Amino acid sequence: MRGGHDLGGRQGFGPVDPEPEQEPVFHDDWERRVFAMTLATGMLGQWNIDQSRHARERQHPVAYLEQSYYENWLAGMERLLIEAGLISEEELRSGTAEAKCGKDLRIPDAEAARKILTSGGPAAREIEAPPRFAVGSEVFVRRRHTSGHTRAPDYVQGCRGLVRGKHGAHVFPDTNSSGDPQAHHLYSVEFSSRELWGGDAESFEVLIDLWEPYLALADDNGA
Amino acid sequence: MTSDHSHLPSETALRAKALESLLVEKGLVKPEALDAIVETYQDKVGPQNGAHLVALAWTDPEFRRRLLADASDTAAEMGYFGRQGEHLKAIENTPEVHNLVVCTLCSCYPWTVLGLPPVWYKSAPYRSRAVSEPRSVLDEFGTELPENVTVRVWDSTSEMRYLVVPMRPAGTEGWSVEQLRKLVTRNSMIGVEPALPPEQVAP
Repeated sequence: MRGGHDLGGRQGFGPVDPEPEQEPVFHDDWERRVFAMTLATGMLGQWNIDQSRHARERQHPVAYLEQSYYENWLAGMERLLIEAGLISEEELRSGTAEAKCGKDLRIPDAEAARKILTSGGPAAREIEAPPRFAVGSEVFVRRRHTSGHTRAPDYVQGCRGLVRGKHGAHVFPDTNSSGDPQAHHLYSVEFSSRELWGGDAESFEVLIDLWEPYLALADDNGA
Repeated sequence: MTSDHSHLPSETALRAKALESLLVEKGLVKPEALDAIVETYQDKVGPQNGAHLVALAWTDPEFRRRLLADASDTAAEMGYFGRQGEHLKAIENTPEVHNLVVCTLCSCYPWTVLGLPPVWYKSAPYRSRAVSEPRSVLDEFGTELPENVTVRVWDSTSEMRYLVVPMRPAGTEGWSVEQLRKLVTRNSMIGVEPALPPEQVAP
C-alpha cells in the first residue's frame, strides 16, 4: 500500500539530524517497554513480521508521519492485539482485564525469549520453480495499486533495472501479510538514479531486493 | 515521522504502561521476558559485533573472502546470529565504490551485528533522501566523496540485511584486531561515514 511509510524520494522533511555515535539505544523508558512488548507479543505466534509491518502502515498517513518511531510500533501492536482477539477495545480503553485470554498460548519466559532471539527466523525457502530471471536480465517493475502490504516501493514501480544478484526463494510479503506464506525467488535489482529520478538527479545506483511477481522482462514491457 | 525524540508526550508513556499492565494481567507476557529482551538489545548486541567482523576482514584475507561470500555463516561462526540477521550480506567499500544502506519502507537493519538502529536511520529525512540524493545526505554527515566514486545505495526491502565494510584507514599498518575495531564506528558500517582515522583513538 502507498501509505505514510513509503518514503523513498518524498520531499520536504528537511535535513538528517545525525545523533552522536554514543547515543543510548532507547531515549525513554516507555520506548524500551514498547520495543520489548512488540517482540514478546510477536513470540505468541498470532501474527508474522509482514502482518506486523502492515499494521503500522495501515495507520492514517498523517499519524504515521507525526508520531515517533516507537509510537508507531505501539499503535501497530495495539491493533494486532485487538485483531487477533487477544485483548478487546474496551480493555485497551480501560486498561483493565475483563477476562483471561481464552486462547491456549505458550508464553515465553526469559530463557525462552532469549532463545527465540538468538535462533532467528530465516525467510529463505526451497521451492521447485526455477528462477525466471538471470543475473544480467533487464527487468521492469510492474505498477500495482494495492491496499495490501507490499515491499515494492512506489519509487521503483514502472522503472527498468538490471538483475545483479539472486538470493534464492524467500517468503513473499504480499501474501504472508494475509497469512499465506508463499515463497518466490528474490533478486537484487540495480536502478540508475536517472531512471528513477530523471536527468537532473545526482549520479548513483540503487540496489533493491524485489520478488519475482513484482518483475517482468523489460522486453515484455511489463506485460 | 518526527526526528525529535526528546519531548514526547507523557501520554504515550502512560499508554505504554497501561498496555503492559493489561498484558501482564491477562497473562499474555511475562515481565521477566520483557526484561530479557531489553537487556539483549541494550547491553549485549550492538555495533561492537560488526566492528569485530570488519577488523578481522581488514587483517585476514581469508576471513574477508568468506565474509564477502557468505556473511550470515561467517558472522554465525563468530557467535553473531539471531533475529534480524538471518540473511546477512557484507558489502565492501573500495576507492571506486561507496555503499550506503537504508530502509525506505520501515527500519530494516542488521541487529545481530549493529544492534538497534539510531533515530536518524528511522527518520523520514534519511529514509526519503538516501535513495534520491545520497550525496547530499552524506554531506550532512560531513562525508565528501570524490566525483569519480560510484555511490551505491542498498534499500533493504526484503529480509536481506546489509553490513558495509568500510575501507581500512591509512596509517594503521601493523595494528591488531583489538586496536582496529575501535576505528570501526556504527555509522561507517551503515555507510554514512568512513572509519575513524588512526589519530582519533589511542593505538
